[in-house]
Amino acid sequence: MSNPLSDMEEPDVIFCIGTNMTECHPVAATRLHQARRRGATLIVADPRRITLAKRADIYLPLKVGTDVALLLGMAHVIAREGLVDSAFIESRTLEADAFLEHIKAFTPEWAEGICEVPAVDIERAALAYARGRRGAVYYTLGITEHICGVDNVQSLCNLVLMTGHIGRAGTGINPMRGQNNIQGAGDAGGLPNNYPGFQSVEKPEFQKKFSALYGRQIDGECGITKVRALEYAVDGKMNAMLICGENTLVSDPDRKHCEKALRALDHLVVVDIFLTETAELADVVLPASAWGETDGVYANTERRVQRVRAAVPPQGQAKPEWWIMSQLAKRLGVSGFEYESAADVFNELCEVSPIYKGLNWERAGAASYHWPVPYDGHPGTPRLHEETFPSKTGRGTFKRIEYREPAEVVDDEYPVWLTTGRRLQHYHTRTMTARAGMQYFVPEETLEVHPKDVEAWGLTDGGKVRMASRRGAVELTVEATDRSPRGTVFGSFGFGDTAVDDLTGAGYDPVTETAELKVCVVRLQPAVPYSEPVA
Amino acid sequence: MSVTSVTSELPTLELDGDHVPFSLGETIYEVAQRHACEIPTLCYDERLDPLGGCRLCVVEVEGFRSPVASCTTKAVAGMKVRTSTDAVEKHRRTLLELVVSENPKARIDPLRGAASQELTVLRNRYDVDGSRFEGKTSGSTRHDDKNPFIARDYDQCISCYRCVRVCAEREGDYAISVMNRGFDTQITTEFNGLLDDSDCTYCGQCVQTCPTGALGDAKAMRAQDDPAPLKATRSVCSYCGVGCGVDLLSKGDKLVGIRPARDGGANAGALCVKGQFAFDFVQHSDRLTEPLVRKDGELRPVSWDEVLDRAAAGFAKAAKDHGRHSVYAVASGRAPHESTYTLQKQIRGAFGTNYIDNCSRA
Repeated sequence: MSNPLSDMEEPDVIFCIGTNMTECHPVAATRLHQARRRGATLIVADPRRITLAKRADIYLPLKVGTDVALLLGMAHVIAREGLVDSAFIESRTLEADAFLEHIKAFTPEWAEGICEVPAVDIERAALAYARGRRGAVYYTLGITEHICGVDNVQSLCNLVLMTGHIGRAGTGINPMRGQNNIQGAGDAGGLPNNYPGFQSVEKPEFQKKFSALYGRQIDGECGITKVRALEYAVDGKMNAMLICGENTLVSDPDRKHCEKALRALDHLVVVDIFLTETAELADVVLPASAWGETDGVYANTERRVQRVRAAVPPQGQAKPEWWIMSQLAKRLGVSGFEYESAADVFNELCEVSPIYKGLNWERAGAASYHWPVPYDGHPGTPRLHEETFPSKTGRGTFKRIEYREPAEVVDDEYPVWLTTGRRLQHYHTRTMTARAGMQYFVPEETLEVHPKDVEAWGLTDGGKVRMASRRGAVELTVEATDRSPRGTVFGSFGFGDTAVDDLTGAGYDPVTETAELKVCVVRLQPAVPYSEPVA
Repeated sequence: MSVTSVTSELPTLELDGDHVPFSLGETIYEVAQRHACEIPTLCYDERLDPLGGCRLCVVEVEGFRSPVASCTTKAVAGMKVRTSTDAVEKHRRTLLELVVSENPKARIDPLRGAASQELTVLRNRYDVDGSRFEGKTSGSTRHDDKNPFIARDYDQCISCYRCVRVCAEREGDYAISVMNRGFDTQITTEFNGLLDDSDCTYCGQCVQTCPTGALGDAKAMRAQDDPAPLKATRSVCSYCGVGCGVDLLSKGDKLVGIRPARDGGANAGALCVKGQFAFDFVQHSDRLTEPLVRKDGELRPVSWDEVLDRAAAGFAKAAKDHGRHSVYAVASGRAPHESTYTLQKQIRGAFGTNYIDNCSRA
């Protein structure tokens, strides 16, 4: 997020797109509610009539996968109405002229033809966002889990740059991270392109630094993404894998492909707190201490670095992961793993990462700071981009984006759109929530289908449906609800036994290799009782 | 500019004889709180719009005929306020006697909720038992609401509306409402139904603001009879990326509940249903408690030494037979920094590759 969570109480116009915030980041939604109480306008773009949509002043029910068209249409209106922030464009951006020329073709009427949002509502949303003094954009995976995820984000950046809604309280472009420490996994160097602290593996100065620190020559080029690594495994080019705290088999798209990849490995080591579906495929399973049993540090979606603490001892022989990794490293003949506590590890991370340089275990325990914290005594950086952008020129560059269709589009064979997400009471693959009483709310996965579609497709509310895509099929229970629009159905990816993710994964963003989990095409038919089990 | 000169520009009022500065818009209660006056309250929660319902926070203001609720009265320059005269204290004591007289005398366990001791504390401070006004009682407990998260013990309710207000003002859910008037007032949901049938999301905010324990954290209350002392450990929620501050409640080696941190930077006291109630996976019987190694097709328990040898040998062999680019690691978006830091250092240090990613792409 460019801005801190506390800033969510400050905007006078809020634009939420591809975020089911009341279910996925419920507490963030309570902060937006404070802005709403003070009269802020809420614009919500989402294919489903989610709770946030019901609370919206302007609701834009776009067709799945058409965000770019909607955002181009909005940009067109803002430029046409002369609502661009010329001073901001002049002092902080590049390539504005080409961009403003580019969007002339994309009228709201053109956008309506693609995203199916009435042109008049696109106009209203664009005017409201541009006219606000403090406009803030919030998005999550509804923007990024597409083959055009990067295009979607760039399109939002364009809106922000043309209106100057950034670098001030109550503004900004704010992706909400989905997991408790997914930010920290990147911060700590769990990336193929960056050392800890986002220091590029391709830069000679960092190569030199980390080769010296870690005691050996490290490749000067980026590694591969997990998506690619799983492909390599299927092709026999990847032989051993260590998976730490991820139920890859259920959370990743295209389960059959994923299972094939994991089974093809000669050596699979899984570190987890439960024997997940993924761990069941492993050669070696290492029991990790869980949240509540482990001392450590998390970084949240606003880059706030916070201490987590053990309140109870680990179950059985479970151990903290830093201990497990250190023991493994020693056996692999690597030095520099003589840690005696999580504090030792965190202090080293701070030492080698400029954005954490001003932090240490003690300081992180005494208060919470937003990184970058470049030196001891620095107050942290709750708000980014106040003066400059992190580019060579310090300016933000407009991108000329074109709309592209999703990897799959509906046809006669697969006439229905499927989109996926989370539910409030469950989390990811439910390894935790299913063991914490949350079954009370959602005992089984259901497929949300519009009531008229239920009727038109010969289904019954509460009855079983067989849903098939080009990659697989699942059987699940129908829930008739007008949350989902006609022609589009919704399922969550959390239930291992009816894994909706068996079906998804038709394409990947070419830049980030993020899977298009939010769109695929399916066909539905009533599941016949006593039919053969679904393969 | 010195601090003193800034202060001197602010208006002042007289608080129990002292001249104190305040900012425009502040209430008498807010000013008094900053100056450590112990004005009692029951319907007050600093996050909510003041209601002035419980009348315990009344103070005397010179020139006003009767005492005023300090939580709803704005400070005015030159005001002369007395926060604890004999008359005011007598008034508070009588009100408390009335409130207490309607409630069962049961001990309220602190596991019920963060604010659950407020009435108990005042009862002790003013030494009241309510016997003077014993008689009719109001509010009736919903024994029929069997949800396993929120106990609705309205026999203990004092109609302070904090639950109603937190649900509306902070959450925007408007799931809790008020039925009837006067003595028959009852906190309820739409159509007087169960929480399950309302717009309640089970975020637990009503539980944590209830000053009497009428609303209780039913999951934490399971540990009421455990004699071990209750310990609170400050941490961060384990679910989404918002990073809500929480206190982990434990008794001995058992995790018994969660409480939102009012000073949590991300959440300012709020939580959701998962953060509030979905904690017992930690000590679930399905937890992995032993290292496992596949032998003859089955995963079997072995010692840490053996399992680590086997794990390391597999990576070493892959690297030897197929090259160092045949080994890959996936870091966790769930584990702390120290997990990923040591994992990436191991991959980079042992194999000299950048063959590591985390679960953010899917």
